[in-house]
Amino acid sequence: MDPMDLIVAGGVLAVGTFAFRFAGPVLKARFTVSPKAEKLMARSAVVLLAALVAVAALTEGHEFAGFARPAGVLVGGVLAWRKAPFALVVVAAAATAALLRLAGVP
Amino acid sequence: MRSIWRTTTRVLGRDLLRDIGLVCLADTIVGISYGAIAVGSGFPIWAPMLLSVLVFAGASQFMFVGIIAAGGSPVAAVAAGLLANARHLPFGFAIGDVLGKKWSSRVVGSHLMIDESVAFALAQRDEERRRAAYWVCGIGLFVCWNVGVLAGAYAGTAISDTDAFGLDAAFPAVLLALVLPSLRDRAARLPVFFGVAVALATTPFLPAGLPVLLALVGVLAGVAAKEPAEREPEGVR
Repeated sequence: MDPMDLIVAGGVLAVGTFAFRFAGPVLKARFTVSPKAEKLMARSAVVLLAALVAVAALTEGHEFAGFARPAGVLVGGVLAWRKAPFALVVVAAAATAALLRLAGVP
Repeated sequence: MRSIWRTTTRVLGRDLLRDIGLVCLADTIVGISYGAIAVGSGFPIWAPMLLSVLVFAGASQFMFVGIIAAGGSPVAAVAAGLLANARHLPFGFAIGDVLGKKWSSRVVGSHLMIDESVAFALAQRDEERRRAAYWVCGIGLFVCWNVGVLAGAYAGTAISDTDAFGLDAAFPAVLLALVLPSLRDRAARLPVFFGVAVALATTPFLPAGLPVLLALVGVLAGVAAKEPAEREPEGVR
């Protein structure tokens, strides 16, 4: 691919992404937001992050990601629920998925 | 610099700093694989670097590089990347306060907005900790991600398959651990349940990024259900 095209495409993606990121803080500072709306926004972020967790844990592209990854996330989630240290949650999730794959589970 | 570090350590505490450090380490390895994959599929070394510094959003970078490497048009690659990053708009509304009032800090802080920094900020209860967690995580990830990408681009295909280390499971696990405390709040469960269901149900049919955005209908479902939100203590705030 032509380097110039690549730079332009990357630049457009960068500017667009920044616009998404910048709009929230600026608009929020410009208008007075009611406590109720504030609560809804915080909840929206939680819903988005939870959906991201589900999609990232279970799918790859348009398909099911296989069993190793969700199993790892599940182990991490149970540990987090039991208030295990964060480091243990992350390492256990990765190790579970890696070991399952080593054992031939997709 | 030393005093800034000391203040940050005091506000965040060693445990939270260690948690953030761990996430930075994991993202460094993912960055290495991204750099290696990009260069391995024919991109010049500067291309993945440029995206990492200016776009700084892992999933959209992988998508952009993947689509162009597969022979797709730049327009398709940009559109897919933008769709994947549209969730930053509602993120900005949720955590806008932590960026401060100065324009310079709003500009820099906006660029550091990424799933992990948002999740770490939301997981803190008081204002000072929230702000510190956002900035430390954002700056730490920015540095580690870019260093990782540079290393990966030069090392070639040293680590091209992070799945072998289970790192693909680490990312959702990190977000899950950070979001769980918010789910202890009853009023949040219905919107989350609906949102997750909609996102998963639409993933097979819609372009990447859109299903996660559609999860926002879960918030509407929560409003429609008129949960007793006023009496419940909010988990997030």
